[in-house]
Amino acid sequence: MAATPALQVLTANRLRDGAVVYWQAGVWADEFKDADVFNDKAAADAALAAAMVFVKDRVVVNPYLFAVREEAGQIRAIEQREIIRGAGPSVRRDLGKQAKPSMEAFDVSI
Amino acid sequence: MYRYDEFDAKFVKERVAQFRDQVERRLAGELTEDEFKPLRLMNGLYLQLHAYMLRIAVPYGTLNSRQMRMLAHIARKYDKGYGHFTTRTNMQFHWIKLVDVPDILEDLASVEMHCIQTSGNCIRNVTADHFAGATDEEIEDPRPLCEIIRQWSSLHPEFVFLARKFKIAVGATPHDRAALLWHDMPVEIVKNEAGEVGYRVYAGGGMGRTPYIALLMKDFVKREDILAYLEAVLRVYNQDSRRDNIHKQRIKILVNAIGQEEMQRRVEREFEEIKASGSLQLPQEELDRIRAYFAPPKFETLDDEMPVGSYDFENWKKTNVHKHRAPGYAIATISLKAIGQTPGDISHVQMDALADLMDQFGIDEIRVSHEQNLVLPHARKRDLPAIFARLQKLDLATPNSGLITDIIACPGLDYCDLANARSIPIAKDIAKRFENLDRQHDIGELKIKISGCINACGHHHAGHIGILGVDKKGVEYYQILLGGSGAEDASVGNIMGPGFSAHDIGPAVERVVDTYVKLRQSGERFLDTYRRVGMEPFKNMAYLEQMYAAH
Amino acid sequence: MPLIKDGAFVQDAFVTVADDAALPDGAAIVSLARFQKDREALLARNAPLGIQLKAPENPELLGEDVQRFSVIVLEFPVFRDGRAFSWARMLRERLKFTGEIRGTGHFLYDQIAYMKRVGFDAWNVAEGFRLEQFHRALTEITNVYQPSADGKKTIRELRATPRP
Repeated sequence: MAATPALQVLTANRLRDGAVVYWQAGVWADEFKDADVFNDKAAADAALAAAMVFVKDRVVVNPYLFAVREEAGQIRAIEQREIIRGAGPSVRRDLGKQAKPSMEAFDVSI
Repeated sequence: MYRYDEFDAKFVKERVAQFRDQVERRLAGELTEDEFKPLRLMNGLYLQLHAYMLRIAVPYGTLNSRQMRMLAHIARKYDKGYGHFTTRTNMQFHWIKLVDVPDILEDLASVEMHCIQTSGNCIRNVTADHFAGATDEEIEDPRPLCEIIRQWSSLHPEFVFLARKFKIAVGATPHDRAALLWHDMPVEIVKNEAGEVGYRVYAGGGMGRTPYIALLMKDFVKREDILAYLEAVLRVYNQDSRRDNIHKQRIKILVNAIGQEEMQRRVEREFEEIKASGSLQLPQEELDRIRAYFAPPKFETLDDEMPVGSYDFENWKKTNVHKHRAPGYAIATISLKAIGQTPGDISHVQMDALADLMDQFGIDEIRVSHEQNLVLPHARKRDLPAIFARLQKLDLATPNSGLITDIIACPGLDYCDLANARSIPIAKDIAKRFENLDRQHDIGELKIKISGCINACGHHHAGHIGILGVDKKGVEYYQILLGGSGAEDASVGNIMGPGFSAHDIGPAVERVVDTYVKLRQSGERFLDTYRRVGMEPFKNMAYLEQMYAAH
Repeated sequence: MPLIKDGAFVQDAFVTVADDAALPDGAAIVSLARFQKDREALLARNAPLGIQLKAPENPELLGEDVQRFSVIVLEFPVFRDGRAFSWARMLRERLKFTGEIRGTGHFLYDQIAYMKRVGFDAWNVAEGFRLEQFHRALTEITNVYQPSADGKKTIRELRATPRP
């Protein structure tokens, strides 16, 4: 079994519209940059447990933790899948979260 | 094409109401996600990376202009202005909200469309040749049988919770354009020695983790017996398939586990009983009744001369215009593979414009091909220059049908929750590399098919060059397969070797193609050369860079 | 567990007996394993007998004995396992079973209509399940395209029927 990653973020999809959301101090934020970053397994697991209430309340589905890393002062997702979930399709930069002016662009080019 | 009567209309209307109720129950907490998931899947609704994805059925790939306009409307109102045609000739929208879906289904029902059984472990959309009804190669139009199968399989109480999905295709031509033998249950329209038309049924084709070409089940099933035979196959599958390992639950696994003969024997037993009961017999009157819906348009008596036009038009004609059974008519392929664009994607502007084009030129139907292109089945030859000019303005006139840039690609990791790697950027990169039209014509027929994961929605097993995206320690890698085919000479592609990075896959494909050009003999397509010389020469060239790097 | 039959909640006349438990005097439902072990004794009893089949258990395993049962219970280990739909149909159509076919285990409300069509006529439902849900389930889709064990007229037959 892989070791718990050093840094983690909690994410889910909103039930009503399927949008990607991130755990931010007990609420769900739309943007990755606002997500809580857990450097402690206990805190991460506690957040995941707390998130299950939102599943029961039909706010989100399938919350889970994923690994992130710090790079030049920025928190970045490691897996391509999470980079894309956080930004939008790499092939339509005009769509999804990346299209909002406040979003930083993620480098997802090949 | 088929027109709903009051029964069909009521059926979809009630289905919409049923799903509306299911969504309400989900939002009210009466259904958990685990309970709701199979229900939404059977209405084509997935939860993907960015939003919900809705898969709309396009039965046997046939649409009229009214339906095309509705798809444009849905793209605008409920999505982000575009849709994607799939390798099962369905339409997918990638930015759907769950709460909108009942309204979307209602809009679709108003134009005789639905999302029933486009996902889930049930019988899926029945597909056929995109030239059906227009080609002179067919024994008969396969679509009436497709429609009969569609109705028989709709909410079939015994087969809604199969072990896995079940895909049926119907073929009627010696040249297979529908990837027939890759289906769970291919049905081929054939003529026996007495000149009777009947059906040759196969089972056990399928892509994914373990690809298989379908095996013959019965050489000749009489017209009146066909539904009884299909039901027999489904029943054996439902009863005898494994349920313990999701990767071993397609019918291809069952057929290969028990063997072709045993499968035939079990099916034959059920078949005899179902036939004897008489309940599923297909009378000639019913077949004729459905056939009447698919009667071709009244072809005018027209001059059969093919117009000559601009340089661009002439190029387009070379690849995208095909022989029609009626003099003065032609079949035209509308490429959704513009260089540098997402294969199979279409904007609401393009959809509306195509609907207008159909109306203006009196073309009642448009077809979706499993290769993610569109087809005008009955274009008048004399209208082709004007049609082409219109398509050109819409960026729908790329002259690459069947050429190397006519790439099949699944949505991949840019959209899909199941994916391991992105496929669309790879398709775009390869298309750009081979953009030069002279080079494309020199290369000739070369089908590249790209999947972002082992589920093979991009049909990579059936690519002359197949590309499979994999996840290697969080990094996207791409395996090359060679020698697959989705035509009547169906074959499974062979894996070349270790994967290439996203950066290296394009150059590797170029080296493979260059190897073909170097080794080919007169008249050989890529696939023919590969079949003659084998993997070795291609493999050596493809990994050349790695070899140099290692030294 | 509440039991629905003939459109109403009914008392279960049967006791479902664990494999290692003693048989009651009255109506009893046993597993296939138990039946195969104690067949003679079970058939000799002067009380209605039922059998509960697991999803992989083909009713043909019962052989000629199938007619000896008053009730055959078909299990859904998960709602995804749809084998019972074929088993029920087989019982009605091939084996001509006329006793009660009861569904138990994990099936969805939305599967009830399909179950009825293939030959189920009794349902073990969860506590709190409302009867009106049951009736609604059967009325959501009025017409059917294909024949099944319920003998319900298909849309093709309705089409052929002259309408007023």
